[in-house]
Amino acid sequence: MIDVTRRKLKVATTSLAGCFGCHMSLLDIDERLFALLERIEFDRSPLTDIKHCGPCDIGIIEGGICNAENVHVLHEFRANCKILVAMGACAVTGGLPAQRNHLDLGLCLQEVYLTDPGVAHGMIPNDPELPLPLDKVHPLHEVVKIDYFIPGCPPSGDAIWKFLTDLIEGRTPKLGHGLIHYD
Amino acid sequence: MARLARHSALCTGRTSSPPGRSHIVTQPDTPDELEPRVRRIISRWGHDPGALVQVLREVQEAFGYLPAPVLTLVARLLRIPYSRAKGVASFYSFLSDEPLGAYRVLFSDNITDRMAGSESLLQAMCYRLWAEPGKVSQDGLVSVARTSCTGMCDQGPALLVNGRAVPSLTSERVERICDLILARTPLDAWPAGFFVVHDNVRRADILLGHTLQPGEAIGAALQRGAAGWSEHAANERSWREAYVGAAQGPIAILEEIKRSNLRGRGGAGFTTGVKWEACRQATGLTRYVVCNADEGEPGTFKDRVLLTSHADLVFEGMTVAAYAIGASLGFLYLRGEYRYLLEPLEAILQRRRAANLLGNGICGQPGFDFDIRIHVGAGSYVCGEESALIESLEGKRGVPRNRPPYPVTNGYRQQPTIVNNVETLCAAALIAVRGGDWYRSLGTLKSSGTKILSVAGDVARPGLYEYPFGVTLRQVLEDCGAADTQAIQISGPSGICVDATEFGRRIAFEDLPTAGAFTVFDASRDMFDVAHNYAQFFAHESCGFCTPCRVGTSMLVASMDKIRAGNGTQHDVGEIDRLNKVLLMSAHCGLGHTACNPILDTLKRFRPAYERKLRSLDFTPAFDLDGALHRARKMTGRDDADAHLEAQP
Amino acid sequence: MNQRPSFLLDGAEVPFEPGQTVMQAALAAGRYIPHLCYHPEFTPHGSCKLCTARVNGRLMAACTTPAGIATEVESETEELNDLRRTLVQMLFAEGNHFCPSCEKSGNCVLQALGYDLGVMTAGFRHLFPDRPVDASHPEILLDFNRCILCELCVRAAREVDGKHVFSLAGRGLGKHLIVNAESGRLVDTDVKVTDKAVEVCPVGVILRKRVGFATPIGARRYDQSPISAQALADAPRPLERNHD
Repeated sequence: MIDVTRRKLKVATTSLAGCFGCHMSLLDIDERLFALLERIEFDRSPLTDIKHCGPCDIGIIEGGICNAENVHVLHEFRANCKILVAMGACAVTGGLPAQRNHLDLGLCLQEVYLTDPGVAHGMIPNDPELPLPLDKVHPLHEVVKIDYFIPGCPPSGDAIWKFLTDLIEGRTPKLGHGLIHYD
Repeated sequence: MARLARHSALCTGRTSSPPGRSHIVTQPDTPDELEPRVRRIISRWGHDPGALVQVLREVQEAFGYLPAPVLTLVARLLRIPYSRAKGVASFYSFLSDEPLGAYRVLFSDNITDRMAGSESLLQAMCYRLWAEPGKVSQDGLVSVARTSCTGMCDQGPALLVNGRAVPSLTSERVERICDLILARTPLDAWPAGFFVVHDNVRRADILLGHTLQPGEAIGAALQRGAAGWSEHAANERSWREAYVGAAQGPIAILEEIKRSNLRGRGGAGFTTGVKWEACRQATGLTRYVVCNADEGEPGTFKDRVLLTSHADLVFEGMTVAAYAIGASLGFLYLRGEYRYLLEPLEAILQRRRAANLLGNGICGQPGFDFDIRIHVGAGSYVCGEESALIESLEGKRGVPRNRPPYPVTNGYRQQPTIVNNVETLCAAALIAVRGGDWYRSLGTLKSSGTKILSVAGDVARPGLYEYPFGVTLRQVLEDCGAADTQAIQISGPSGICVDATEFGRRIAFEDLPTAGAFTVFDASRDMFDVAHNYAQFFAHESCGFCTPCRVGTSMLVASMDKIRAGNGTQHDVGEIDRLNKVLLMSAHCGLGHTACNPILDTLKRFRPAYERKLRSLDFTPAFDLDGALHRARKMTGRDDADAHLEAQP
Repeated sequence: MNQRPSFLLDGAEVPFEPGQTVMQAALAAGRYIPHLCYHPEFTPHGSCKLCTARVNGRLMAACTTPAGIATEVESETEELNDLRRTLVQMLFAEGNHFCPSCEKSGNCVLQALGYDLGVMTAGFRHLFPDRPVDASHPEILLDFNRCILCELCVRAAREVDGKHVFSLAGRGLGKHLIVNAESGRLVDTDVKVTDKAVEVCPVGVILRKRVGFATPIGARRYDQSPISAQALADAPRPLERNHD
């Protein structure tokens, strides 16, 4: 449960197999960011550039799970966050990256790196620095337990604001007509 | 089934394709040969679109499978849209619009088959024949796959090869079958012993031990209302529309059935007399009697025996029913798994026609015209539900109808129709002879008569056991030689699973109603596996009409798969609860409502069988995280530490 | 007057005419029961089960239950809305519903029901089925990924167009929409872009080509008001005519 005393809540955010559009939308709450920052402080997040998250009240994740690194980050968030939120279509459903799910990964890699007409002397990258792709893209809830979902591609700034204020005030978040949408 | 019921006279004299024809056909014929043969089949069925299921079954028997051009041809000749032919061909699991092996082997996949080792026999056959389960071998010689229970649980493991049943499988028998297939031996040249199916009657009572002669029950039924009958007989409608008060003929037998308090043996236990009376009193142009021999409930096989050794009694019961309700046409809906019984049953019908026990003026009663046709199913459990069965009889996809209205008023071709279980109709024939009071004196207060149990599983003497209603489970276990029994599945997966504390319970509508399956599990069995097998059965057999069953049964299997694989958590047990609730609340028919029974029952009684497979964590994925990187590792040639994932951090 | 038969829907009296279903009577009386495969113009068949209600204590599909057998109907309960949410989730998990790229988005009944019921996620494991698109027809696109098997197009073709353009094949989870052509391609059927069957798809399966994304986000059908309100606005009201 969220502590509703005035202690600032720790919030971590990240983008996995997403496009950062949801983070852009978070910034779309505009001047309400100031009000938000009265109540929360960011831990690991692209906004702080903190690389690993410590214990947090809320973790907000954009994007689905498409590679090994996504899995590590998701596990880190689940291990550290009391409440984990899937934000946006990709986190909730797999989204655009999951459109490859009915294709064989091997054929995808071959097409992109070896046989595409624009490729010369191609090879499938095998640098250990690069995370390996999973054979299928998964929404977050298929890999760890997720507590809340904010659909939308991206969810509007208003929807994110409504959701976060509900959560921070200790109410079960409810978006209602106009704020809940899947596109 | 199923030419159009224009006149009862039309319904005699049909012969089905000779048995030799159905086996070993490699490729469809050239188009030139194809059309005349399809034309012949369709013309034998009177060009009736309602006969679509039968036409497709026979066309497939002739050509091996149903490719699109063949479906087009069938559709054109029957004057139906191509999409309807395609829709029906793809609904029934024995029909196929994709090529099959010249030998199509289907292993019965009931839990009893599995317990008797069917899986390793299937693997051995696939290994020997270079085949992959569910696929056609490269040379087109054979396809090996699993199918829902084929009703040979007392002599399993069993398989079907090109529609013919081979029970009592052993490694040696499977080896021999492989030899025969590799040598391309026609089925008719296989050892006859392979196809011998035993009755295994272990305890006979009034029904399995009856001594009735053909015609005896019909005669008795006619006799019951002899007075005053002949004046009305000249007008065929008169005896049908006869009214209570003139206690004669049909009314007299109907009263006898009501007095017997006979209840349906298909499991639901609806009072037969009430059903018949409602049908008789419904307005319609004509009425139909349907015998439901779509014995699809895994673990049940009593109807197979009744149709093998007591077919006359079954037909007698149908004829008595026809007399009581005023029907001129009846159907025997024979499940596709019992296709091998078609020719013997047709021969019996012919004999009965010759003996004037079917046809016009049965037993010399003017106006008593009735005939029976056999409709062979094509692999669909849901067709055991009466309205889905009627859809199938009408040549459609076997999807249960919305009810009301019920078949007694709006059944086959929207006419009043009774659908009765095989065993119910047999009992009706006995009642016609010996009377309702006699019948009611057997069994318990609310469950008169006897019940045939199909006993299988971990018992010394599997087979049929007929008891008066009220027998305790303990008694049955003793009689069949069960030892160290952990659980009994009563009435199949759609029924109830009871544990050892409940063996004092009784088989009766007051306590444990049953369609007959009595599957025994000893202490060595994992009850999770039992529920898992049943869940797979329901997902396979869901017709797909309603959302909760189409999606829910498959999701149940996915959850069970996950637990089986060792990835389950309490979260998944919660998910199962949630799916069960949705199925119970909103499924369209009994299949969906009961699909969660095996899991609910075992969760309630054998919860540790689930829990010991769970991880102690809140949640784990349904898929193997490291395994999901396998393809990428292979493509990149990497095997470093970062190219792997542990299941949990 | 008011001798018309009636039943109670969530405590309010709903009059009906002989032959009406619970759904028809409710909509005509201005009462909404969530539904998906029901459409006032076609024979109801009750497959989606969204309209499941307690009729005299028994759970039944409101769209196929004759009003004549109902005395008390419960629909707006937490239990039933929970059920409806789960059914919508099942449909989302069964197909490939990628709303951000779908031109039906904003005008989609499945989506609008999700909004109205507060469905935030499909919850279940997504099945990600492989369902190829049929773009063979010059004027109509078929994207089977979004099919929810409501059979509205099947019924519209049969009952209004007098054709058999659409039909169902397979069973269980393998059930799928087919077209009436041996080739399996829409272009080989007798479909016309003016057919009722083409217009009736509640989701984004049957789409007219070259007209997509014409309405800006914010002005689309269900951007404006929830489906519960719009369904009532669209409902035929035969009773009102009889009133005056």
